[in-house]
Amino acid sequence: MPRKKILELSVDWLSILDPEGNVDESLEPDLDKGTLEKIYRTMVLTRLFDDKALKLQRQGRMYTFGASLGQEATTVGSAFALNPDDWFFPAFREQGAQIARGIPIKLLYIYWMGSEDAYIGMPLRNFTIAIPVSTQILHAVGAAWAAKIKKEKIASIVYFGDGATSEGDFHEGMNFAGVFKTPTVFICQNNQYAISLPRERQTASKTLAQKALAYGFEGIQVDGNDALAVYSATKAALEKARSGGGPTLIECFTYRLGAHTTSDDPTKYRQMVEVEEWKKKDPIKRFQLYLAKKGIWSQDYEDKLIKELTAEIEKAVEEAEAYKPGVENIFKYVYAEMPSNLKEQMDELLAYISKKTEG
Amino acid sequence: MRVAKLNMVQAINLALHEEMERDPDVIVMGEDVGVDGGVFRVTEGLLNKFGSERVIDTPLAESGIVGTAIGMAVYGLKPVAEIQFEGFSYMTIDQLAAHASRIRNRSRGTYHCPMVIRSPYGGGVRALEHHSEAVATFYIHIPGMKVVIPSSPYDAKGLLISAIRDPDPVFFFEPKRLYRAFREEVPEGEYTVPLGEGKKLTEGDDVTLISWGAMARVCLEALKLVKDVSVELIDLCTLSPLDDKIITESVRKTGRAVIVHEEPRTLGLGAEIIARINEKAFLYLEAPVKRVTGYDVPVPLPKLEDYYLPDAERVADAIKEVATF
Repeated sequence: MPRKKILELSVDWLSILDPEGNVDESLEPDLDKGTLEKIYRTMVLTRLFDDKALKLQRQGRMYTFGASLGQEATTVGSAFALNPDDWFFPAFREQGAQIARGIPIKLLYIYWMGSEDAYIGMPLRNFTIAIPVSTQILHAVGAAWAAKIKKEKIASIVYFGDGATSEGDFHEGMNFAGVFKTPTVFICQNNQYAISLPRERQTASKTLAQKALAYGFEGIQVDGNDALAVYSATKAALEKARSGGGPTLIECFTYRLGAHTTSDDPTKYRQMVEVEEWKKKDPIKRFQLYLAKKGIWSQDYEDKLIKELTAEIEKAVEEAEAYKPGVENIFKYVYAEMPSNLKEQMDELLAYISKKTEG
Repeated sequence: MRVAKLNMVQAINLALHEEMERDPDVIVMGEDVGVDGGVFRVTEGLLNKFGSERVIDTPLAESGIVGTAIGMAVYGLKPVAEIQFEGFSYMTIDQLAAHASRIRNRSRGTYHCPMVIRSPYGGGVRALEHHSEAVATFYIHIPGMKVVIPSSPYDAKGLLISAIRDPDPVFFFEPKRLYRAFREEVPEGEYTVPLGEGKKLTEGDDVTLISWGAMARVCLEALKLVKDVSVELIDLCTLSPLDDKIITESVRKTGRAVIVHEEPRTLGLGAEIIARINEKAFLYLEAPVKRVTGYDVPVPLPKLEDYYLPDAERVADAIKEVATF
């Protein structure tokens, strides 16, 4: 026969917890009470962290910031599947994952208040925030590749948005991962918009998950507002990666309830009714309902938790605002050893500053 | 001709409206330029007026935007491509250095590449990493590229119109801290400010002060601090090709020069200007030429950003130092 079908590919959808908090018991991950509580606590803390950041920004106490409102199950659920020695590569809307990874929120505030010093003392293997879209994908593939070369059972995880799948770096990273079977888990936070551009204008593909199939590995679409589904898919992908099974792309289907950043006005490009529909699928609310059904959550439990987390945030903000970076830090970290031109420039600036303060 | 008081965003927006109206081959493309009207609202209203075939919201891919714009330009359109922030322009260097800038030369004039890449640049707005950089040097260094930076709404409109009509690729950088900093009279309708020509913002005899873009405004502030020195302030407007004539004539007159730029010092345009002064006006010099620049470091995040950026006092100190040498 001159013409026949030689390939059929498919993409799975995974959802475990519905918006009412009902769980599919056949798919429910085996998590103990303590872990479930930690996942819930981290999602709530992430939301409070974002709320506080938005308030600080409006008061002029913080600069441009991208909140993750509505995406907490994606970031927190996936990060809870990681081992501490796995490598983590964020974009810039992964505060939920960063908090889950044990990064003190004080450091996150220091960063968003405008200082690179946030990285001084940050727990290792939590790589720097990547602002240029998709560029970090290649780094995660390289790190995973290095783990493979060094024969260490360590995986890397990388986060990016739906918009990133249009960039060349995404495709190069996916291709390298496929060719070299690197232990990389790609978490695509499909929040439906790249600033103003809706997902359907970003790519003609039906799903983002299917892009993995072209590069020779598995892609799965999960309910990104379902922390259990995100956790389970990520856990399975990480285990596969560490045991030599290669990479996985997980498209977390979610929604950015807020603006792209504090500089953005989403009313220019989307209808409130759409936002309202997605609010009904709130990832925190459904986890709360799930915990209530398990007898873990109650209103008292919530009140106590909010009080505790609010105090934690207030303390972190206070410490972050008190932090004053030294001017020499502009020059100190550019090279391992400061070249003479930088030394001259640093001295020039310090002399100028002391002249100004004396004057 | 009607004249309105416009800020730089409005002036650029007006230039785009008028050029799209005049020439159906002019198209605007980039991330969020259509429905959103651009993250700085520079392309506001274009989509409604000219439709989605000429005002194109592209997928998120800077190399894709510039690479496809090259194909459009070669075919016969005049794309005006927006790169949302200068820190994302690095991904365009491959397409610009490897292709756009050399298509005319490579094909011995058979093909050419009339396109404009617009991007905001520079610090002073308390932004995220990669959103506060002055990156013109990279593009000045590409033979075949033109690089333009306006410092006022009037010039922004006139220079952008010239850039759109230019037969070669032009990188048009917009000083984002000046986008809404002030208004001035901008005529409606056609006028151009020529590429390749600097202009004197003040006339003077003691010191030549050379700058462009946002730093040209800082230089104007600095002049208030050195009232006893007669300064000739030159706004280069086009960084490539450089207006040798205006620099040489002024330095031959004053014998003293200060160059101010936001870009890092090493290999910033100041270095080239000093080399040209050495070649064309060395024997007229009364003092070593001085540079006030960004430092050779990544632009710091907001908490320390002000220390990086040249300010009026640093510029004034340099003018005094050169004037009294």
